[in-house]
Amino acid sequence: MPVPILMPALSPTMEEGTLAKWMVKPGDKVGPGDVLCEIETDKATMEVEAVDEGTIGKLIVDEGAEGVKVNAPIAVLLEDGEDESALDGFDAGAGGPAPKADAEDVADATPAEEKPKAAPKARDSAPESDDSDAEPDLPDGAETANITLREALRDAMMEEMERDEVVFLMGEEVAEYQGAYKVSQGLLEKFGPRRVIDTPITEHGFAGIGVGAAFGGLKPIVEFMTFNFAMQAIDHIINSAAKTLYMSGGQMGCPIVFRGPNGAAARVGAQHSQDYAPWYASVPGLKVVAPYDALSAKALLKAAIRDPNPVIFLENEVLYGRTWDVATDPEFVLPIGKAKVVRPGSDVTLVGYSITVGKALEAAEKLAEEGIDAEVIDLRSIRPLDSATIVRSVQKTNRCVTIEESWPTCGIGAELSARIMEEAFDWLDAPVKRVSGVDVPMPYAANLEKLALPQSEHIVAAAKAVCYSE
Amino acid sequence: MARTPQTRTTRSRKTPAKPAAKSTASAASKQPETSKEELLELYREMLLIRRFEEKAGQMYGMGLIGGFCHLYIGQEAVVVGIQAALTSNDKVITSYRDHGHMLACGMESNGVMAELTGRAGGYSKGKGGSMHMFSRQKNFYGGHGIVGAQVPLGTGLAFAEKYKGSDALSVAYFGDGSANQGQVYEAFNMAALWKLPVIYVIENNQYAMGTSVARSSAQPELAKRGESFGIPGVQVDGMDVLAVKAAAEEAVAYVRGGKGPMILEMKTYRYRGHSMSDPAKYRSKEEVNKMRAERDPIERVRQMLLGKLEASEDELKAIDKDVKSIVSDAAEFAQNSPEPDASELYTDVLVEA
Repeated sequence: MPVPILMPALSPTMEEGTLAKWMVKPGDKVGPGDVLCEIETDKATMEVEAVDEGTIGKLIVDEGAEGVKVNAPIAVLLEDGEDESALDGFDAGAGGPAPKADAEDVADATPAEEKPKAAPKARDSAPESDDSDAEPDLPDGAETANITLREALRDAMMEEMERDEVVFLMGEEVAEYQGAYKVSQGLLEKFGPRRVIDTPITEHGFAGIGVGAAFGGLKPIVEFMTFNFAMQAIDHIINSAAKTLYMSGGQMGCPIVFRGPNGAAARVGAQHSQDYAPWYASVPGLKVVAPYDALSAKALLKAAIRDPNPVIFLENEVLYGRTWDVATDPEFVLPIGKAKVVRPGSDVTLVGYSITVGKALEAAEKLAEEGIDAEVIDLRSIRPLDSATIVRSVQKTNRCVTIEESWPTCGIGAELSARIMEEAFDWLDAPVKRVSGVDVPMPYAANLEKLALPQSEHIVAAAKAVCYSE
Repeated sequence: MARTPQTRTTRSRKTPAKPAAKSTASAASKQPETSKEELLELYREMLLIRRFEEKAGQMYGMGLIGGFCHLYIGQEAVVVGIQAALTSNDKVITSYRDHGHMLACGMESNGVMAELTGRAGGYSKGKGGSMHMFSRQKNFYGGHGIVGAQVPLGTGLAFAEKYKGSDALSVAYFGDGSANQGQVYEAFNMAALWKLPVIYVIENNQYAMGTSVARSSAQPELAKRGESFGIPGVQVDGMDVLAVKAAAEEAVAYVRGGKGPMILEMKTYRYRGHSMSDPAKYRSKEEVNKMRAERDPIERVRQMLLGKLEASEDELKAIDKDVKSIVSDAAEFAQNSPEPDASELYTDVLVEA
């Protein structure tokens, strides 16, 4: 059977082109790789090579022909042993393989329109929130110790490294220096340099090595001295760690924790003071945790290390030295993706994460003095985001203020506001109000820095505003 | 094709490794030893890649394959020669020009082709595409679309092997374009510092998309790029599968011997454009034609087989036929495999704990 040679598409958007020049003529023997003709589009001229072996039977499209449609037969190839007589009655058009996906579909479809409407419920179908009312917490009577956040994080890593041989810690100054912020104190001594590894100052490189090690079966904890420096490594965090499971059709999980201090420290200027929660929370394939107190920090870091997915664990330098009662049971682990009502109230919901939970609690005390009973929610996890707990609270208080250190545009407050609008609109008695860092790079001067960050008085003012009080 | 390389070549270099790393093939004789049987197998593997890629190019032209599609035609001797020196436990990672690597790792041509067409029967259920395929079973770790990213990732695979105390090594393939990415040197530094078992194979096909090595590289001899980290580098004729294999055997012995990483710069050439939509105007037709006519890695082996090794035309024809049928089966499978179910849109985002 003669084989039709079809007009090829040179790009996904090409629909037609000009057959600029034939490089073969009927009777020529051709083999795979031999140039048959040149094709011109509005962008380029390209050579078309033969794929099959045979003899050119006839040329269907003349040299110079314009507007030749993709997949139209342009020539006929005779197979071994065939001669021109095989062409008699041969319909090249009929012989052309009909591609399943219509070329025009490929060219024009935008990803959003291309797929069958598979129930537009991306968020609902993902395991984003858990409707259970039970708030995960320490059981009554459990043994605790009063320790710093720094120690709680260290204990979490230590216990998990004891529990699982493939867990290791790598980062700048994590071993001999005992951690730039002393979070890894004592780990080198306990586990040795095989499992507690000082890296050169090379974030992009060691983040990539960490991800590769996770692909290879280990469970790395990669410490960034601060998350500001993780911007150097963000390609590996997103393109390599977060997306590979999906791109591999579920074959290649990446169990890794990226942790370190995030957000404003104190007086370190714009390049060292930024909250990255909104950045990472926007990425499918990542989990993002930003705890406030030491109890949840320890239990959530343990959950993060045990999680088979990449987890961004955002700490806060300002809180490292504060103490809380922390569970001593090494099996006490909190679920990622659950918020906690840390102060129940009835008049307004204050939602924060990390250090802003403390500010919200301060604000709640001040509000109480003025007769406003605020409920404070610690998000704990930013992705998955526990919408259910927030919606439940808003259904009770009918008012909400969000609090974050990051910038207002596309921040966590913006996301929370949208979700509350979508899921609890009818319960709202006032528009949601956002308290955030102000929309400028962080200034150095003490007075300006204070002005740039959300303070409890801002939260008080916002709460009163949504309560229409004063 | 190496233009009087300044760096050591496989054939003449002093062995940088312990005596065990010395390969009789490259150190002693001018022509690495081979057998008809071995060469027939190498011929078959290279031919499979070429025919597969030609078919992929054709199917792209028919609109059956979308997006980017980077063909490996011309470079077949590199991956086939390297893989011939590895064991099945060794880890492999590469860039987006990855179809040949997958086939050389033993992945099924059906699954690879069906991924190119975005079908459920593809290695990634159609969710990865040409640049993103993986097979844990075959120790192939992708398929990476960000230029250079596979180098730290491959170094991390080596880290994991060393951590676990296994004997396996990792091979990170990358191009002359990647060789100018900063993260490559970050990885070199740590690999050398920690003596990680990784072989860096630089596939120098001379053009990073449209920019030649001469226009992009202050040090165009890429084998030297590890010098400041103490990583030995060797320049190899990447169009000669036996030279590639011999160099790989030495590198494997060196790296498995615990001496740390090694660089193999493969001087090779891609016949096609950077991707399907590249008309390749940055090089002359004469240059391409000369390379195809005089240096073709498959033709070279074919001539050896028909000449000194006394293989018959019929033997080679049988291989050609076999390869052709594998590829047309793959094309058939890739067109008949269904598109992924709409429900797959939401799967594989996270591993359910």
